[in-house]
Amino acid sequence: MDVTIIHREVVWVILGMGLVTYVPRWFPLVLLSRRNLPQWLIDWLDLIPAAILSALLVPELVTNGMPRHMSLWQPELWVAIPTFIFALKTKSLGGTVVVGMALFWLVQSII
Amino acid sequence: MSDSVSPPKKHDFKTSILQGLSAAWPICLGYIPIGLAFGVLAQKAGLHPIEIMLMSILVFAGSSQFIAVSMLSTGAGAVSIIITTFAVNLRHLLMSSSLSVFMGNATRKKLSLFAYGVTDESFAVNHTRFSQKIWGLNQALVVNHTANITWIVSSVIGGYSGQFIHEGAFGIDYALTAMFICLLIFQLRGRLYVITAVIAGVVAVILSLITPGSSYIVLASIFAATIVLGIKKWMLR
Repeated sequence: MDVTIIHREVVWVILGMGLVTYVPRWFPLVLLSRRNLPQWLIDWLDLIPAAILSALLVPELVTNGMPRHMSLWQPELWVAIPTFIFALKTKSLGGTVVVGMALFWLVQSII
Repeated sequence: MSDSVSPPKKHDFKTSILQGLSAAWPICLGYIPIGLAFGVLAQKAGLHPIEIMLMSILVFAGSSQFIAVSMLSTGAGAVSIIITTFAVNLRHLLMSSSLSVFMGNATRKKLSLFAYGVTDESFAVNHTRFSQKIWGLNQALVVNHTANITWIVSSVIGGYSGQFIHEGAFGIDYALTAMFICLLIFQLRGRLYVITAVIAGVVAVILSLITPGSSYIVLASIFAATIVLGIKKWMLR
């Protein structure tokens, strides 16, 4: 195997990416964990997961392209509805992933 | 009775691993197709499997890895790729802050090891269990590192076997979306959380349409959490 290939610029890109990804993951855990945070901050942080997951998810469902534009007639949105109901009824992460993928595959092969 | 105060302590090593694995497998199920897809794209962008492995080990953040690979293939510069990665992954700052509440007196070493594996998926799975008080740092570490190993292995396999998997097969493109749907439902533990999610979703859509890049994720999350906390305080007065 040609190991000299890793002496390329891309290795420095990867190292840089690793550093700027790790620091935001590490810093709050080490900085905040041993402190008594004020109650408002704890309450605020408690709302963050729901906010972040929704902010990650909803634009993927209703927008498309680069730059993004609204796109309500895409399978992403319509498959999300039965997937959502399945997840709500079963609370099964693995099952939801399987069902969502299967439905999306089905819809894509029909279109 | 002291058991009920700190439940994680009564679990031994083996139990922690089993609990972690049973929480991690759905994440792994989602990571295998996405890791494969990433490996395929990275290989097509000219990355050697060793470089793919290095990226999955050092970065371990799916969406930013996809973006970096597509930027590499269009000949973008190192600095712009690194800045973009930083922006895309800045949301982990919020996640780690949110998780820090549950870390008690964990050592810095353990926290550093845990921080490495904070992703959208592991964060949501661990946070849900921490807030139900059925989780400890050991189980959370198992979740993070099982997901990590799965990601690394599947992205390298994708890098070697790129030409055999065609895009869009088996609904691969929808694995993460389906995962997010379920993870979001886990977080909707009451009316305030639902309101937060609705505001964050609407604001994220609007911002994603009018701003470039992915800053909308962090901005919409901060906005929604702040507004809802404000409403809560105002109603309690």
